[in-house]
Amino acid sequence: MSDIAIKVENLSKQYRLGVVGTGTISHDLNRWWARIRGKEDPFLKIGETNDRSKAGNSDYVWSLKDINFEVRQGEVLGIIGKNGAGKSTLLKILSKVTGPTTGKITAFGRIGALLEVGTGFHPELTGRENIFLNGAILGMTKAEIKSKLDEIVDFSGCARYVDTPVKRYSSGMKVRLAFAVAAFLEPEILIVDEVLAVGDAEFQKKAIGKMQDVSKGEGRTVLFVSHNMESVKKLCTRAIVLENGQVKFDSDANSAVNFYANAQKLKLNLHSNSVWNFEDAPGNENIKILNINVSPINGDVLSISSGIKIEYSFYNRKEDINLATTVQVTNLKDEIVIHQGHKLAYNPKSRRGVYTISFHIQPYILNAGHYKLGLIFGENARYVLWKVEEFIAFELSSEFEKDLPKVLPGTLYLDMSPEVNFEPVG
Amino acid sequence: MRQERVKTVIEPRSAWFDLKFREIAQYKDLLFLFVRRDLVAQYKQTILGPLWYFIQPILTTLTYTLIFGNVAGLSTDGLPKMLFYMAGVTCWRYFSDSLNKTSNTFTQNAQIFGKVYFPRAIMPISITITNLAMFGIQLLLFFGFYAFYVITGQFSLNLQPELFLFPLLIVIMMLLGLGFGFILSALTTKYRDLKFLITFGVQLLMYATPVIYPLSSLPAKYKPFILANPMTPIIETFRFMFLGSGSMNYMHLGYSIVFAIVLFLIGLIIFNRTEKNFMDTV
Repeated sequence: MSDIAIKVENLSKQYRLGVVGTGTISHDLNRWWARIRGKEDPFLKIGETNDRSKAGNSDYVWSLKDINFEVRQGEVLGIIGKNGAGKSTLLKILSKVTGPTTGKITAFGRIGALLEVGTGFHPELTGRENIFLNGAILGMTKAEIKSKLDEIVDFSGCARYVDTPVKRYSSGMKVRLAFAVAAFLEPEILIVDEVLAVGDAEFQKKAIGKMQDVSKGEGRTVLFVSHNMESVKKLCTRAIVLENGQVKFDSDANSAVNFYANAQKLKLNLHSNSVWNFEDAPGNENIKILNINVSPINGDVLSISSGIKIEYSFYNRKEDINLATTVQVTNLKDEIVIHQGHKLAYNPKSRRGVYTISFHIQPYILNAGHYKLGLIFGENARYVLWKVEEFIAFELSSEFEKDLPKVLPGTLYLDMSPEVNFEPVG
Repeated sequence: MRQERVKTVIEPRSAWFDLKFREIAQYKDLLFLFVRRDLVAQYKQTILGPLWYFIQPILTTLTYTLIFGNVAGLSTDGLPKMLFYMAGVTCWRYFSDSLNKTSNTFTQNAQIFGKVYFPRAIMPISITITNLAMFGIQLLLFFGFYAFYVITGQFSLNLQPELFLFPLLIVIMMLLGLGFGFILSALTTKYRDLKFLITFGVQLLMYATPVIYPLSSLPAKYKPFILANPMTPIIETFRFMFLGSGSMNYMHLGYSIVFAIVLFLIGLIIFNRTEKNFMDTV
């Protein structure tokens, strides 16, 4: 178990921003000239991190920066992070689809990468021919595929159609066949992207089950990239959290998932100030938010039983339109829990001025936890006047006995008025 | 039962002269599956599909016979015009098709290359092999016309003993097509507009190759230029071994062989260096 399967040292990857293709000849010449004189690449700016929301002052960004980690043989490593954190880039480098800018990876064992199912499927070929083609693309030899052909066909459940061209398959059948080929790929190191988790629930279960078999039963090393925290917890023995192209955390899967969730929480305190002057109020030329307040309906602490009152005032400039506003509540898994609006004016007769509106979420609906609140202002239920998806954050506390965990699983927490009946027997 | 584990090192730049022949050999099954896929797909799509391979060279040959043979009155070394042009067109088409189709390997296959790794050179090599099938069909057509001319007594069978060199000609043409294709595909990934230039350039190159005229009809001062073209000895040799006209010069053929091998190796090196980072520029 202590053998190292993959060793990643100082790995960095740089991408060029903007439209690639203009001015590259001159850049190339500059680079070449610098290299001849033994100077560094003039277009590499060290120290710039990849933060998508801010415009950098260089045309180049580091999608990955100084990544270091080791994976032991038989380990299932989860890689988690936001969109654009560098997960896919890391996988692409590991699977040799693209090369790193600096750094080095040493891997012991055949690497098989599964970034997409069904790569290279040709519609005119039959299922059987595509199994061979796809298998060979993924790195299997003809003999290997032949020996597993029956199992693959069996697993896919397409035995009856195996000699029919794939263009006659339903899309579901195509995915099943493609996954079946991938499932019987047997490299010592398997790299899997979460794209595998498409398909219906049954298929996902099958896919996850197969992944578990691969890692547990056969002792192979697996690298697994996912947004789904549950499957990371279930499958992985260890996980790393990537943020802006850097490794932020490296530990067992549970702590990594918690770290990731907490890191998102910390980012939420953007608008602690909830009253603004007209001049610097958030919004645009049509809408300006003057104040917002999230408060309990009962008592003075936001909790499961308190209910939530969301109240805000905004200035509206556009007259004589059908004005509507929507509140959107999102949890930390980025699932939209509530998206509900209200028409403030119809028969187009909105007025210029300050509207104040309050929404009420009754007690015993939302479970405890952190939530993000977004606001949308629209015209005719069609055009967006102004929209902000993560405006402020709030936390619902739980009020359980001391021996229970702070937050129970589940999106909802309902008052289910349980009724119990008991009859002694015997 | 732990077998020896393969060690893979991924680094920004690979060694200059790593030709990856071993890797390509490992993926030979994939190579032949690609060839099979392309052949099957081409034939399944249309009923007229295979027929086109007959119609196109016949039309080209007829056009050349009419314009260059009859209107312009270019010499055909005493050969029947149809046979003369068809011999040139058959060889030239194989070379130019291989070059044209391989020259946009990266842009054409970006989808699949972006998702999975295999030695990228497999793609152009499989295209060149697939093209052999079309070359075979056109060769059959050539033999058909040859037989027709022999039977009707317009031309007497004139095969030369050098015919055993024919497989060598095919190999040289493959290496030339691939070599140019490798280099051009590396360039077209970066400078996309080059593609239009290639189609045009290949057409021009044809006039610098004895396809529509025999080498012997050239004034001596142009000969060195035309002979610098590595396709010249191939077409001349082809005509000589099948039709007995033209020249058979081992020096010239040797030049083609050396040119083809050097071009292929340089092309493969450039190609292998491009494959690493082309995904970022496509």
